Amino acid sequence: MEDVAVKAEGISKAYNGHRVLENISFQIEKGEVFGFIGPDGAGKTTLFRILSSLILPEKGEAFVYGLNVVDKYRDVRNITGYVAERFSLYRDLTVEENIRFFATVFGTTLSENYDLIKDVYRNLEPFKNRRAGRLSGGMKQKLALCCALIHRPQILLLDESTTGVDAVSRREFWEMLHKLKAGGMTIALTTSYMDEAAKCDRVALLYNGRIMKTGSPDGIADSFGLDLIQVRSQRLYAVKKELEKLPSAPSVSLFGDSVHVISGEKGLSLEDIEGFLKKRGFEDTQVERSRPGIEDCFLALSRGYKKKGTDGEGY
Amino acid sequence: MEKVIEAVDMTKKFGSFVANDSLTFNVGRGEIFGLLGANGAGKTTAIRIMCGLLRPTSGKITVAGMNVYRQAERIKRRIGYMSQSFSLYEDLTILENIRFYGGIYGLPERVIRRKSQELAEKLDFWRIRNSLIGSLPPGWKQKLSFSIAVMHRPDIVFLDEPTSGVDPDTRRQFWDLIYETAAEGITVFVTTHYMDEAEYCERVCIMADGRIEATGSPADLKELYGAGSIDDVFVKIARPPRG
Repeated sequence: MEDVAVKAEGISKAYNGHRVLENISFQIEKGEVFGFIGPDGAGKTTLFRILSSLILPEKGEAFVYGLNVVDKYRDVRNITGYVAERFSLYRDLTVEENIRFFATVFGTTLSENYDLIKDVYRNLEPFKNRRAGRLSGGMKQKLALCCALIHRPQILLLDESTTGVDAVSRREFWEMLHKLKAGGMTIALTTSYMDEAAKCDRVALLYNGRIMKTGSPDGIADSFGLDLIQVRSQRLYAVKKELEKLPSAPSVSLFGDSVHVISGEKGLSLEDIEGFLKKRGFEDTQVERSRPGIEDCFLALSRGYKKKGTDGEGY
Repeated sequence: MEKVIEAVDMTKKFGSFVANDSLTFNVGRGEIFGLLGANGAGKTTAIRIMCGLLRPTSGKITVAGMNVYRQAERIKRRIGYMSQSFSLYEDLTILENIRFYGGIYGLPERVIRRKSQELAEKLDFWRIRNSLIGSLPPGWKQKLSFSIAVMHRPDIVFLDEPTSGVDPDTRRQFWDLIYETAAEGITVFVTTHYMDEAEYCERVCIMADGRIEATGSPADLKELYGAGSIDDVFVKIARPPRG
């Protein structure tokens, strides 16, 4: 048990009869970067509010560093840094006042833990007298991280910290997280960006309140078990529309500059696809086998859930 | 190709801050055009100008053949707009939202009834037509919001980060809708933080610090910058402002 940072067993939660979390169990090791990957409405925020002791689970139990989040919520809060999905700092206080406020609440000072936040705070310091409400999105995000770190928590819970943030700022944010991890901190986060899964040590794929799969990004890709063929062309959308007519391909999806085809039980050869497209006037295609990514896995699993009728949306 | 948006030296200043610095670009009819940029690069300002919501400081800009200085109100009738928050009324039902927006766009009652039918069939929601919007999952709101934004057959539809937080399957269904709409001759102008979606655009324009740094097809830009993906191109170009 000494290596376990978070342990959750059978957590369920419903709001107004609407099921939000269904029997969620997982374990996060100390020093791990663990990502909950899923779209809006998957239950990510509810789960993080339970882990940070803000709301109670209906069923199940969760422990943070061995402390029960219900009985020992005070202790949990002392060792947890939580960044909420919505900007929840004091807009009328300045950058520096916000940090000092959170430091005081946790019985510490800015100077005492300056070394921990200095990488993040360095970008903010020129604006330390600006009111938090007047910061840009990226700056607000950095300030929220500073305030969550100021009491030197053992674990960071980051809820949707990169939503709506541009690709460059997201990269910077991830560099900061990996520095914190190198310092021994456990980091649990939620994101709807599938590409961020690759930056986590392990991930849980969350959909409609359930965990579909847990594992390392590579491990999940390896367990995919289906044949993935990648097709590139200058006329990508037309190629995709054409491939949807293939009788034996259960899944055809756009992936950036290529189309991914997952062939059915019969299997499709590269030549099958090349020939099929050539006959229909697509000469410039490049067809090759490819390794599935997390997004391929998520698509396949979530479509499976919809088919089985376990889709909680009910429409 | 017929031009639906033409901008020459489009500039917008807020005091001493230059949000849009001499932007020159054009967008063709039926084109899917992507605008990329870091937060604060000036994308939203540019879109607000083209929608007739914000008066530019200088520059020559026509949208659907109309002048943004003198014909802003007429422009609003010829465009569609969908924001990341989908801007549907949560306390109204699906049908009520359609009727409301149809009325705003000045469609006659009989056209609104026909459109409601068409949309119900296309999106398969007849069964739940009287459900409140607030009770729908995000993917549904998104598709409905888009369909309402093009209900009056505008020349252009502006989509401001339309797919944030939506699951991968629904995101792809949404792009099917975008392609179908463009094929019908409606220009689609889209901003996104998903770099794979930038690849789906016919042309993209990358902004940084209020200026246009690059415009071209994804394939051309990748070649020009010696990059493997639009993500890499973006990182090379878009240095986010430090402030």
